[in-house]
Order: sequence, then structure tokens, then C-alpha cells
Amino acid sequence: MDKRTTLVEAVSELRSGMTIGIGGWGSRRKPMAVVREILRRDLKDLTVVSYGGPDVGLLCALGRVKRLIYGFVSLDSIPLEPHFRKARQSGSIEAWEMDEGMFQWGLYAAALRLPFLPTRSGLGSDVMSVNPYLKTVCSPYEDGEELVAMPAIELDVAFVHMNRADSGGNGQFLGPDPFFDDLFCKAAKRRFLTCEKLVPTEKLLNEGSVQTLKLNRSMVDGVIETPNGAHFTECPPDYERDEAFQREYAATAKDAEAWEAFKARYLDLESESAYQEALAAR
Amino acid sequence: MSEFSRADVCAVAVAETFRGDGEILVSPIGLLPQVGAKLAKLSFEPEILLTDGVASLLANVEPVGAPLANPVYEGWMPYRLVFDTLWSGSRHVMMGATQVDRYGNQNIAAIGDFAKPKAQLLGMRGAPGNTLNHPTSYWVPNHSPKVFVEKVDVVSGVGYDRAAQLSAASRRFHEIRRVVSNLGVFDFETPDHQMRLVSVHPGVSVADVQENTGFELVVEGDVPESRTPSDEELSLLRERIDPQGLREKEIRG
Repeated sequence: MDKRTTLVEAVSELRSGMTIGIGGWGSRRKPMAVVREILRRDLKDLTVVSYGGPDVGLLCALGRVKRLIYGFVSLDSIPLEPHFRKARQSGSIEAWEMDEGMFQWGLYAAALRLPFLPTRSGLGSDVMSVNPYLKTVCSPYEDGEELVAMPAIELDVAFVHMNRADSGGNGQFLGPDPFFDDLFCKAAKRRFLTCEKLVPTEKLLNEGSVQTLKLNRSMVDGVIETPNGAHFTECPPDYERDEAFQREYAATAKDAEAWEAFKARYLDLESESAYQEALAAR
Repeated sequence: MSEFSRADVCAVAVAETFRGDGEILVSPIGLLPQVGAKLAKLSFEPEILLTDGVASLLANVEPVGAPLANPVYEGWMPYRLVFDTLWSGSRHVMMGATQVDRYGNQNIAAIGDFAKPKAQLLGMRGAPGNTLNHPTSYWVPNHSPKVFVEKVDVVSGVGYDRAAQLSAASRRFHEIRRVVSNLGVFDFETPDHQMRLVSVHPGVSVADVQENTGFELVVEGDVPESRTPSDEELSLLRERIDPQGLREKEIRG
């Protein structure tokens, strides 16, 4: 099984109006090479599902997002993603904002092919009023407790980034937290895994235990080697967050000229390798 | 007794919110809550579990604001296990609040109309689930009528009036334990769970607190002063927990 493909081929499967899930968390281990490729395309009206970071900020800044399903959008060292903030305050996106745990439950429900999963979280809060599609159910047992029926968040396509993978789509995280990347893959019809480095299957345990093989090949349709592909988010132990670059990016939300310059230098490029060359030239 | 600062008093007040918590996960969000939780762990509440702020449980206590020097890891706590832990109830979180009202409703989501907010804030994050599943406390470093408001714009963390509208089963794990600000300590142990002034920090009057609060607080009799740090607590704060004095930068007056 050789599932190796390219960013261009993978992103060519996307159509305007699709629902896409993006793995990682905040400004951590995000499939940024994929995000950059999406920005090169004429795609619009996407529904983006994410524990949001600069993936969301960039897609909002370039007008690719119709609806956002999220619990927060943060750059971690900069608590609020400034381009996301701008999009929200201009009213340009439809915001389906929910509790972080409910969000997990929505992905998990989709992964398990259930219409919903029950949870206490959300009751009594404005999550229920700002997301008017949310409904409650009552336990059919003696307790009769009312619970939120968190609906399945079904994805057309999921993109995740891992430290290592083999060409069959087995994926390995070597950092501290697997986040919810496996659920993104299980909730999606098509699943693409980018990785820092492709290794032969027999070398997968050279750098981590078998428990770090969070994705198995049945959960992945395409694999792409994208060294430094999570830049400027962190991807430990391969690299830390590029804080200087992130500060530069964040500052462009308040300065139209700086944004145009940033866009010309780092986004209006023909390929990921051109991006990596632009970085090297900094 | 040695001289102490307002930040030291706040650290003790934060630590006191974790008294009696025992062997549960304590999640202090923000610098002063972290300082207070570490103080509790090193003094009267040694059993609490604290993370390194990433995905591991740390058995020892390391200073705030510095890379870990000699971490002793005692467990793994990625986000997925944090959610499991919080839904199971064995957790006490101290969060921030951009707005908080008399019943303990907290807003960290947005100011103004949610559809097109004047200011987008952090987002709901875990507040809705935290407040329905386990004890939640709040830390406010800048007590003012803009924070302590009559009514929050968006309810992220659920307060007592909202919880009262739920069935007894749905609200059975709801508890807003305490609010600690730079001026005083507050709880909701009143007949209808309105916010009560528990203590004022040294140098602060009850009138100061009321003037800086956008609703009428419950004040019962003579309000005591907040507990001041012992010499042992001061040396823990200065030598082991926050030698850089970062806590002083978080407090206004």
C-alpha cells in the first residue's frame, strides 16, 4: 500500500462549500502546509472544524470560511487569534461556538456513526442559545436527566499533521499530546496525513513506543511528506513554535500594509517549497 | 511578621480556594492562580494534582515563568484526559472572567451581540462544561464595574440563577466556589446564591469594593480582612514559587 501523494493532489479534492476538519490544537502541530495550499486555490464557503489556531485565522483573513465550528481560536502565546477576532467582529463568518468538550463529543459521535452523544456540558450556558440547532434529550432510564444531544460533526475531508508516518498511512506523534487527530480522521470521508518525515514501517518504533502510533493506515487515504509543514506552529520534538514569525503574522491583523507585504512574501507563492525558501531567506 | 504585598495576599486567597480539595486535578488558568495552587500544594493541600501546563502531571513544584529545571513527572494528562477528568468531576478549575455577575455567570466569549460582537474574547473554551461538572472558581486581577457587572453579555460559565432553571439532576454537580479579586474574596453561600463579600484585602474597605462592583454585594456584619501570608508562606512564594516576582505585575493596586 503506497498512499503517498502531494499537497496539490490532496487539496484538489476540495470543493467550495465542503466541511473540512483540521487537526492539532491552537498553535500546535497544525497541518499548515495544507492550509497554505488551500489559500492558493479559489475555494470559498468552507465550513471549518478546528481546535482553532492560525489555520483558522489565515482561512478567515483570505475569505475562505463561511462557517466555523470551534471552541476557541488561539495562538497560545498570543491568547486570541487576531485575524479570527477581526473576522468575528466584522460579522463575516457564521460562528458555531461551543464548549471544547462538546466539540470532542461531536467528532466522536461522527467517528462512531452515531447521530449524537449525550453530555451535561452546555446546559444553562449561552452555548444553547447561540447555537439554536442544539437540542436536548432526556435519559430513558429512571433518572430522567435532561442532557445536551451533541450532534455528530461529520467531515468531508480531514487534514492532520504528525511527526512520522509510513507510506501506508500509519502515523506517529512524538510530542506530548496526540490532541484529537484520530477523531478528525474517523469523522471524515477522506483523510490526509502530512508528516515531518516518511520512514519505512520497520523504523516506526525507532523514535517512539507503539503507543505513539495514534493513526493506523485504515484511518488515512493519503500521506504527504512536508518537512517543516507545521510552521509556524510548534511540532515537538522536531521544532518549537516560530514565535518571531507568529508575532509578525499577528501584527498584520491591525496593519493593512503589513498584511499585504506578509501575503506577498509568504502566501502568494506557487508552492510549499517556495514558502520554505522564503522562510530560509528571512 | 515580614512585609507582604497585595499580590502575596491574593496568592494566599487563591490557595485557600483549593483547601480541602484533596487528590483531584487542580487547573489554575493564569499566573496568580498558578502561584496560589503551587502554594496550596507546598503547604496545606499536598495531595492536589497539578500539570506542567502542557500534557504531564508534575509531582514536584517548579517556579512559575521559567523552563522546568528538575521536573518529576507522575502522570500523563493530554487534553483528552483533561476532558475525561472534568466530566468525571475530580477537578477544580480557577478561570479568568472578563465579566462576572452577582450569580456567578462568567463571560469569556464576547462583548456585545454574539453574531457580530464589539469584542471577540477567548471563546467559550471549557467554561460551560466546567461549571456543570465540578467546582469552578474565578480570578479577577482588575476588580472594576466593567468586570463585576449586573448582567454578563454572554454566559460562558453557568451561574446559580441559570443553574436553578435546570432540573435537580442536571445541576447536581454545579458549584461556583469562590471569586478572588485584587480587592477581596467572594462566595455564593447565601440563601439565593447571590455573591457575598467574604473578606477584604488589607488596605481595602468594604466601600471600596462596593464602589468597584456593578451590582449590590451581599455584606453580612463586619467583613473580616483576608488572611495575610505567614512567614513560611512568604518564603515559599519568594524562594520557591515566584522568585522573579511575576505576581506583582498582575495586580493593579
